Amino acid sequence: MSIGIVSAAYIAAAVLFILSLGGLSGQESAKRAVWYGIVGMALAVLATVFGPGVGNWFLIVVMVAIGSLAGYYVANRVQMTEMPQLVAALHSFVGLAAVFIGLNADLELGHMLALRAHGGDVSTLAGFAAKLAQKDAVELSMLRVEVFLGIFIGAVTFTGSVVAFGKLAGKIDGKPKKLPGGHWINGSALALSVILLLMFFNGAGMWTLLLMTLIAGFIGWHLIMGIGGADMPVVVSMLNSYSGWAAAAIGFTLGNDLLIVTGALVGSSGAILSYIMCKAMNRSFISVILGGFGGTTGPAQAIEGEMIAIDSDGVAASLNDADSVIIVPGYGMAVAQAQQSVSELTRKLRAAGKTVRFGIHPVAGRLPGHMNVLLAEAKVPYDIVLEMDEINDDFPTTDVSIVIGSNDIVNPAAQEDPNSPIAGMPVLEVWKSKLVIVMKRGQGTGYSGIENPLFYKENTRMFYGDAKKSLDELLPKIN
Amino acid sequence: MKIGAPKEIFAGEARVAMTPDSAVQLKKLGYDCAIETGAGAAAGFADAAYAAVGVEVIKTADALWKACDVVVKVRGPEEVEAKRLAKGQTLISFFWPAQNPDLLEQCKSKGANVIAMDMVPRISRAQKMDALSSMANIAGYRAVVEAANNFGRFFTGQVTAAGKVPPAKVLIVGAGVAGLAAIGTATSLGAITYAFDVRPEVAEQIESMGANFVYLEFEATQDGAATGGYAAPSSPEFREKQLAKFRELAPEMDIVITTALIPGRPAPKLWLADMVAAMKPGSVVVDLAAERGGNCDLTIPDEKIVSENGVTVVGYTDFPSRMAAQASTLYSNNIRHMLTDLTPRKDGKVVHNMEDDVIRGATVTYDGAITFPPPPPKIAAIAAAKPKPKVKDPTPEEKKAAEVAAFKAATKSQVTLLAVATALLLLVGAYAPESFMSHFIVFVLACFVGFQVIWNVSHALHTPLMAVTNAISGIIILGALLQIGSSSWLVVILSAVAVLIASINIVGGFLVTRRMLAMFQRS
Repeated sequence: MSIGIVSAAYIAAAVLFILSLGGLSGQESAKRAVWYGIVGMALAVLATVFGPGVGNWFLIVVMVAIGSLAGYYVANRVQMTEMPQLVAALHSFVGLAAVFIGLNADLELGHMLALRAHGGDVSTLAGFAAKLAQKDAVELSMLRVEVFLGIFIGAVTFTGSVVAFGKLAGKIDGKPKKLPGGHWINGSALALSVILLLMFFNGAGMWTLLLMTLIAGFIGWHLIMGIGGADMPVVVSMLNSYSGWAAAAIGFTLGNDLLIVTGALVGSSGAILSYIMCKAMNRSFISVILGGFGGTTGPAQAIEGEMIAIDSDGVAASLNDADSVIIVPGYGMAVAQAQQSVSELTRKLRAAGKTVRFGIHPVAGRLPGHMNVLLAEAKVPYDIVLEMDEINDDFPTTDVSIVIGSNDIVNPAAQEDPNSPIAGMPVLEVWKSKLVIVMKRGQGTGYSGIENPLFYKENTRMFYGDAKKSLDELLPKIN
Repeated sequence: MKIGAPKEIFAGEARVAMTPDSAVQLKKLGYDCAIETGAGAAAGFADAAYAAVGVEVIKTADALWKACDVVVKVRGPEEVEAKRLAKGQTLISFFWPAQNPDLLEQCKSKGANVIAMDMVPRISRAQKMDALSSMANIAGYRAVVEAANNFGRFFTGQVTAAGKVPPAKVLIVGAGVAGLAAIGTATSLGAITYAFDVRPEVAEQIESMGANFVYLEFEATQDGAATGGYAAPSSPEFREKQLAKFRELAPEMDIVITTALIPGRPAPKLWLADMVAAMKPGSVVVDLAAERGGNCDLTIPDEKIVSENGVTVVGYTDFPSRMAAQASTLYSNNIRHMLTDLTPRKDGKVVHNMEDDVIRGATVTYDGAITFPPPPPKIAAIAAAKPKPKVKDPTPEEKKAAEVAAFKAATKSQVTLLAVATALLLLVGAYAPESFMSHFIVFVLACFVGFQVIWNVSHALHTPLMAVTNAISGIIILGALLQIGSSSWLVVILSAVAVLIASINIVGGFLVTRRMLAMFQRS
């Protein structure tokens, strides 16, 4: 295949990738869009494999076959509640691949330069090394910077994603942990990396690169260890973004435009997701990444009233009387694996002629859009699953709101108490409905440790217990 | 322990302190329940209904008082009932300890523990056992119904083929629980409703119920929250002003419902004889304060009279009893909530915890001593009204100006951003080699396209978006493929591993996205 055809295939692939992402604007067009992505990827890979300068075909076939099998296995086995872990794991692969490819580029570079220095014939070199041989001195310096950056981002993405995976899968404690010194360590590690970059740029050799890989790996690990479980939506989208930038940096190294375009698409996608998540928490990106909540400006308002418990008979009675119901799910629903029961409840209530809708906060769950996928899996029709902005005005005309395993995203303190750490965060205004039923495991505060005045409101009833068990107990009582 | 409800012996009292429903709940607390024969009959609860849920029906009052550890009643004990009290027995009922010192003394000497439902403190936690409020709510509703019954016209205005009917005008004096209930009932019948209260902070509640608040221009208005949410007596000047306002309103009003009470005092006279005289014939005055002397000069307790100019003045004192089924249901629920608090372990044993604000406040005799009046509650009563700064709605000009300013600010920040970005690009271009710049153009444009495209992605599809970007970031496989043909074995191994993991990404990412998207279904 000539270089021209390969380029044409790359252009087609880039266009298909853009269409693939653009198609995600609606549920129906998305089903077609994913095929654009698959075709684009197939074109790109085939064009590269059959293009100039690629050898070891046998090895490629074996590796692709093993990888595909593993991917197929994982994709079919994964539970929808485990999606955040899977996404994090896949990010780490991109990061690791970027590190390897970057190291390879430097190995090849050293190889080529050694050959040139010994007066060898560089035109005998194959593959990537041959391409390097055509570069002049300035281009080679630029290449070093690109290699360095690619490896740095790749290593941060790799260890960061591994930690994120561990936290999301519950293999690492979700609480924020930092080494003594906190962000000063990260800062000095970053400074050290810059020094190593300058040394590497001036030809200090491969050891600087390897040392930097270790340091970058440490930064990724330490940074994500310091971020708590509920901030994971931001972390995962940020790592998504990094994996894109790593691919783009490798694209610069290799002079491959398709890699650059795809990396940039993925990078900006992750950046926008992070932005949306941060806005939904009314926090700056920096404050999320540096961990912890913003400082309070005064004592929190005292909460009056008491939590009033309700049993399943009471909940059933109020649901049977209600005409309109809004369900607000949170991470607790995913933990309890209660989505099927929620779906069954929805089906029953709808069959009784009641209006049932879902209100989804952008940061509900551990992944952007996580709740939507869980509800879709449980066969809740997507047109009754609404975003916060679409449904917030409807709470005053709603008879019953059911809050399942969410806390901070329905906290009225965000609007009522200017001293609250989450003051100004957009929240679902469930307390405006006539009755709020909160399904919760116990009386504790949420992830952020902030008291929730919602639980003490006059129109709030607490339905304690495991969400799935409580719902299964409730279901036969709905008529 | 056993809880029993005797038949009320006060003349005309139809309510009962235990219903079959509340008995079921009490049994859940671990109690046995008993009732005197025919106790619920006047409220529409037959003995059979009680027996059906396992309540013991006891023939005589005497036997019931003897058999039960806890006696629940509506009215305070009569002389004969107080005599039946035994040491250590608990009585829960209305009591009015301030008005009945002799009765209180008698209960003390008997050694009984008496919980007065009218003494439950007005704090949020105790709202569920606030029997005064639940009875007042019924009285407010019933007052409107009585008024309608005695009023010869529609409440709502109508335009019919036979002619136009003007809506009735209703004035409610005193916007406590009863007053608010009356407002709600009157407005839902279609009347034009006005309401007056000495506490300006209730204006919002009045308006939220759909009535017009009658404003009184007066400087030193009182803050009702300081007195536990009840009204306090007002100064003579204020009173004069208030009466002048009522005189002005009287000729227009078809219905007047007065609910003004001050704790521990006779009801204030607010609707004087001359106001009644000024009203149109056929108008109705319902005086909910009749039991305490009445707000209206003409009121005769427990009677309905018609004034010389044809105005009906209703002075009944038993409005809740006139809706005995509803009143009994709510009152027995209040009692049940009180018992829930008295039974913390749900084991059917009363724990009379005198440290508890609510229980302490309501207890008037305990362990052979009079415990009335209670110390002031530790928790402040109903939240003090905070004057709310009025937020002025922006005028259309202001709105327009704000929009223009916002647009200008947005333009400014956008232009600044573009200028800075251009400068940065020029800086890069000045130093970087040409081959880099050609790739850089591609990179910047791709970022730009990415931003434009991703903003349109539906929020519901953010997880599939992440999965699909996972898959396409597997494009990094190209880099590994380009290197795998190298002559160095180390490079080959590293790139082979990279090919492997990138393939996992590609295949896994696309398949899981497809799986997810297939789940999204329309209803």
